[in-house]
Amino acid sequence: MTSETAITFTLDDREVTATPEETIWQVAQRLGTDIPHLCYAPEPGYRADGNCRACMVEIDGERTLAASCVRKPADGMVVKTASDRAEKARAMVMELLVADQPVKTDAHDPSSKLWSWAERIGVTESRFPAHVSSDVPSPDPSHPAMRVNLDACIHCNLCVRACREVQVNDVIGMSGRGHHAKITFDFDDPMGGSTCVACGECVQACPTGALMESSLLSETGVRTGFEDATIQSGCPFCGVGCQIDYHVSDGKILYADGAAGPANENRLCVKGRFGFDYQSSPQRLTVPLIRRDDAPKHGDDRLDPSNPYTHFREATWEEALERAAGGLNTVRDRDGSQALAGFGSAKCSNEEAYLFQKLVRAGFGTNNVDHCTRLCHASSVAALMEAIGTGSVTAPFNAAIDAEVVIVIGANPTENHPVAATFIKNAVKNGTRLYIMDPRRQMLSRHATRHLQFKPGADVALLNAMIFTIIEEELYDRQYVAARTHGFEELVTNVQQFPPEKMEEICGIPADVIRQVARDYARSEASLIFWGMGVSQHVHGTDNARCLIQLALITGQVGRPGTGLHPLRGQNNVQGASDAGLIPMVYPDYQSVAKEEIRNLFEDFWGTGLDPKPGLTVVEIINAIHDDEIKAMYVLGENPAMSDPDQNHARAALAKLDHLVVQDIFLTETAYYADVILPATSYYEKWGTFTNTNRQVQIGEPVVSPPGQARPDWQTIQELAKRMGLDWTYESPAEVFTEMAQVMPSLKNITWDRVARERAVTYPCDAPDQPGNEILFAESFPTEDGRAKIVPTNVVPPDELPDADYPMVLTTGRLLEHWHTGAMTRRASVLEAIEPEPTVAMNPRQLRTLGVEPGAMVKVATRRGFIELKARRDRNVPEGMLFIPFCFEDAAANKLTNPQLDPFGKIPEFKFCAARIEPAAEIVEAAE
Amino acid sequence: MSDIADPSTDRTVPSGARGGGNRGGKRRRGYGPKGRELDATAHDEVCALLGARPRRRDLLIEFLHLLQDEYGCLHARHLMALADEMRLSQAEVYEVATFYAHFDVVKEGETPPAPVTIRVCDSLPCMMKGAEALRSALAENIDPAAVRVVSAPCMGRCAAAPVCEVGHRHVDHATPQTVAEIAGSGDLHPHVPAYQDLDAYLAEGGYGELKRVRAGDLGYDDVSATMAEAGLRGLGGAGFPTAKKWEFVRSAPAPRLMCVNADEGEPGTFKDRFFLETRPHRVLEGMLIAAHAVEAERIYFYLRDEYPAAREILLQEIAALEANGLVEPGFIDLRRGAGAYICGEESALIESVEGKRGLPRHRPPYVASVGVFGRPTLVHNVETLYWMPQILKNGADWFASQGKPGHKGPRTYSVSGRVKNPGVKLAPSGITVRELIEAHCGGMEDGHTFTAYLPGGASGGILPATMDDLPLDFGQLEKHGSFVGSHAVVILSDMDDVRDAAINLVKFFEDESCGQCTPCRAGCEKAVKLMESGRFDDPLLEELCQTMADASICGLGQAAPNPIRSVRKFFGASS
Repeated sequence: MTSETAITFTLDDREVTATPEETIWQVAQRLGTDIPHLCYAPEPGYRADGNCRACMVEIDGERTLAASCVRKPADGMVVKTASDRAEKARAMVMELLVADQPVKTDAHDPSSKLWSWAERIGVTESRFPAHVSSDVPSPDPSHPAMRVNLDACIHCNLCVRACREVQVNDVIGMSGRGHHAKITFDFDDPMGGSTCVACGECVQACPTGALMESSLLSETGVRTGFEDATIQSGCPFCGVGCQIDYHVSDGKILYADGAAGPANENRLCVKGRFGFDYQSSPQRLTVPLIRRDDAPKHGDDRLDPSNPYTHFREATWEEALERAAGGLNTVRDRDGSQALAGFGSAKCSNEEAYLFQKLVRAGFGTNNVDHCTRLCHASSVAALMEAIGTGSVTAPFNAAIDAEVVIVIGANPTENHPVAATFIKNAVKNGTRLYIMDPRRQMLSRHATRHLQFKPGADVALLNAMIFTIIEEELYDRQYVAARTHGFEELVTNVQQFPPEKMEEICGIPADVIRQVARDYARSEASLIFWGMGVSQHVHGTDNARCLIQLALITGQVGRPGTGLHPLRGQNNVQGASDAGLIPMVYPDYQSVAKEEIRNLFEDFWGTGLDPKPGLTVVEIINAIHDDEIKAMYVLGENPAMSDPDQNHARAALAKLDHLVVQDIFLTETAYYADVILPATSYYEKWGTFTNTNRQVQIGEPVVSPPGQARPDWQTIQELAKRMGLDWTYESPAEVFTEMAQVMPSLKNITWDRVARERAVTYPCDAPDQPGNEILFAESFPTEDGRAKIVPTNVVPPDELPDADYPMVLTTGRLLEHWHTGAMTRRASVLEAIEPEPTVAMNPRQLRTLGVEPGAMVKVATRRGFIELKARRDRNVPEGMLFIPFCFEDAAANKLTNPQLDPFGKIPEFKFCAARIEPAAEIVEAAE
Repeated sequence: MSDIADPSTDRTVPSGARGGGNRGGKRRRGYGPKGRELDATAHDEVCALLGARPRRRDLLIEFLHLLQDEYGCLHARHLMALADEMRLSQAEVYEVATFYAHFDVVKEGETPPAPVTIRVCDSLPCMMKGAEALRSALAENIDPAAVRVVSAPCMGRCAAAPVCEVGHRHVDHATPQTVAEIAGSGDLHPHVPAYQDLDAYLAEGGYGELKRVRAGDLGYDDVSATMAEAGLRGLGGAGFPTAKKWEFVRSAPAPRLMCVNADEGEPGTFKDRFFLETRPHRVLEGMLIAAHAVEAERIYFYLRDEYPAAREILLQEIAALEANGLVEPGFIDLRRGAGAYICGEESALIESVEGKRGLPRHRPPYVASVGVFGRPTLVHNVETLYWMPQILKNGADWFASQGKPGHKGPRTYSVSGRVKNPGVKLAPSGITVRELIEAHCGGMEDGHTFTAYLPGGASGGILPATMDDLPLDFGQLEKHGSFVGSHAVVILSDMDDVRDAAINLVKFFEDESCGQCTPCRAGCEKAVKLMESGRFDDPLLEELCQTMADASICGLGQAAPNPIRSVRKFFGASS
């Protein structure tokens, strides 16, 4: 606060100073005076609304009292927070509110903010008559996760602000007028039948218990669940990396609130807030299991996850570990190191990822180690590494607020990165222009300046047409291009093939629209690009990402606030697992296994010889099993039987393995084919660090104990390592982290203790006592000469185009409520209650053409197989397209998908294949 | 269309995992998107109605009127389509549609209202003249499937009490017979009275002052000084000096905007309607002079929906001004209120102009610096504008000298109640109620003895006849807990129960409270309950009044206790 801007005023007979932004309430709070407040939430993102009038103060010379939460002090103002008049008004406000509350003994939440303040003020009863009972809305129990009890509503509007201004889900409104005004969902619909996405922000904001987690309430709506501890940790789902306060009772998680993490600022989505009870599922694996001798493997096996004993028997840890390691050793000794492979997981911690790849490299003796990033952003990483020397984001998603233009392409953040999406929506409310490019419309489309609904697979044509425009109209940044890049001339030559007027036919977007968007992106003060798997999961995924990188490079839209490139990472630790080296071509921090000096360094560091040959990727490993090259595998927390393309083929491979060790928390579809199953701990039960999409390394802390004999994964990896000839003696994840930091320059200045203390540290970080750098590459890129490399692209069509037999385009992805293969979310009761079964989404006109009603069974077939599932009406899906989420084992989308790979990222084309749809009953001859 | 499952019957949510994970459970909603689905036919209908109009959020209320006029109500399917077309959330559309009294939202499965609506005024002047009996008579004798009868607040025709509105046609001195005849006549359109049109106004030299101002013959300083000398003040009720208001607006950086507050809703007030329905161009010329003074880029003329005849006139005459070249097309944006007294409060009016619910804003910042769309905004009442051209033409003295000694200017009193000749009375400011009754209204009605009066509509408190010698001007009545406000004078007699009157007034505030702040929302409701249960003398009521006056956000809640306090103070401890 400088002396020119500081405001000096008198607060309760003291002369005090305030910043120009501070309200009277904030100054008073800062100086130790707690003024009552109900409609005001001193939390990030919440605007003060000044409506409850519980915070009134007296200002000398003013006719009326003032609401301290909205009123800012002025120089010379004399404010009394405890004058008789102010206190009387505050008490009267409380008495008016209490008059219409259920009596305290029946309060939905006796520990609510309202009742706490009522007690502090000393007004817990009212002399006023209550409002007539016909005016009191009846309880609304329609939602599986939340209960609406508006008899406790004080019209404070916090839930409206939570829903409209913080999360921008826009479901809740204050309808009607006067004392007939009412909190309503959509058009006064039951919450469970409304457009509510169950982020639960309203529940977290409500100061009265009018909106509560239903799990905390008795049948009569009175709170029965109270926590005995609250532990801050992280969210196990997507790459956003929300921090969460877990409220625990009796060794179980009772409910969750958003915590003040740098990525989420107290916000959560339905998965983070309501999706935790898979942790206590009765289907958790609690003992080691060994395959029964009388249970041969078949590719089409379907086991009951509640009863593994049809195919497995219980074993001791010792026996299971011996069997697991013994099988791996046998194959290694018989068939050589290249016959082994390992899939790690982006759901596990950095430390577990590091140990896993170290075990495969140093113990198995091969680089055949990969994980699901291969199926997500491998092509993005390939393009980024090639161009700018790093695979991570250049700016956090929260930077959207500083952007003048945001492009979201091939991503559906409200479903897949819901909390990141809230920051994009906040930016739009703040004036940022949003352009969405995706063949499917989405929830964000309403907020967009334009949605470019281009033809599936035509990304490169569209993006090159934008690049053409920027070059032809000389909108590129000459200086930046000259000083910071290589290869611009080749781009200029190559892009001549792509005038918008020619590309409009291919991509389906009018040339003038392409030009307008290109101009806006190039000319804006700050432009930021977000992308997701709609970009990466194509045979031309790397080219898609190259185009995006070029847009940023030729316009200089990198390295400044509000600019940058942000591939939205899919899993909670996909960034960290990649950084830690769960990639077949590179050691930790993307250091090439093929470079001798680097390999020597790791050989010295790990004290063993290492394989100089880059390993195989996920889909290549599956193919290598069919080719009899790979015979044994160790799979930790990964589920290729569900997540890999052409699932029949993948499952047949898994069944074919001589030896398969699966370490997981459930009997996953992959575990059906295991020889040994080792029970693992869930996120909630162990220590570890996790790196989110923003490059923030965050601490995960155990909030409950693991079930049965389940063990932390790092211990199990070490036990196997010991049995494969490695002399590991790690005592804790902290010790592993310390070792990692020695070979990972990205972790410079970041220690386990620091992460544990600060809860989140962004890398890279310049000093142990300074925050990390959020915006990268202001000066140079981490390439050999500091310049970025531009690699021109050409239009490559999708591998399998629709034809007469398979006339539709099938695309796959996620649903808001389910995550990855559904192993966790389908065992979370709230999530499963909202989305309990597989569906195929299509345009209403498509449904009419097909002649089926929504909800009817249909059969979707491709050249690889068919599934039967129910039809769903969705205007967001264009005609000619089908969308199927891949999380449902009972109609697995990946039985249909095309395993054809992008040549650079080795990522399969999940987003495009040719398909046919028919009413289920009519297909008999069907596909094949 | 929309198949919103009502899942309230299905509450069985097991804790922990469901049986076999990966085995589908029971689906709680239909096989579409979350929530209500767009109906393609309804979407086509909405698009046809909206035509080429820009889908701007601030036009939401205008669009809701289009739908209400076309379909007689707001069907959920149309609201959904409108939300989709305007790229608004359902919640944003619904909360606006349900805030305003003149919109009827009809959800799926609900019965639309009868094709004809009769609104019976239940504000004090009409109630004194038998509105209640009229309403029951109408309700008894009419087929509810064809006609619905509802109560409505003041329609600004208090001199002709009791009044009704049938469709958009008003009925003065209504009787069950006249109303029923009109309801059956099929002619439910507003009847436009004879008024001075543009040609007639130009013929008498109209817009001459505007031309002088625009030509620079009269500079801003001259115009402003003249208004200051004339003592022109805001005649909507607050009495803020006009010249000073201009100064504040001009001190805020351009671009600036202007609003005309033609949302005359204070019960008992009808002068603005009188001016708009007789000499609209004086108002419009004044408006353009004021807009010029603050260099406003656009004018929002916010007219209450209870004045459909005035709307016809303004539509006609604004078009005439545009055709004549006196204003650029689109410079004046006529906006239609939708039945909300609170929108007469200037910041609520601004919210409504922006297409939102009429919730008053916190001050500071004042609308002069942060108004419509966050821009500096000049807000003037109709009558204030009406006087401007004449003041420029005839000089400040001409105006200022028309007041009583010590008071500046003439005033337009809306007089209703128990006088022989109620109506719009042009009289010197500072006149007393006694003189107003005797010299301007022909005395009290036969058989009535003057006992009490409302000097400023519902908000200004109630004074006893013994205080008949107070000057009716700004700043004069405040020491008695009263004010002159919009100069709406309602005369009560020995045939009227002052307590009933007070209850009527506070009920009006209860109905019209926006509901935003606790003291007003809950306070009005509790006050009515206490008053109706005979607890006029309960000290709790005074405690409540104090908090309402001290802690309400806007003037509505702050003034709502005035009638209660008046009764407690001037009309005895019990009766």
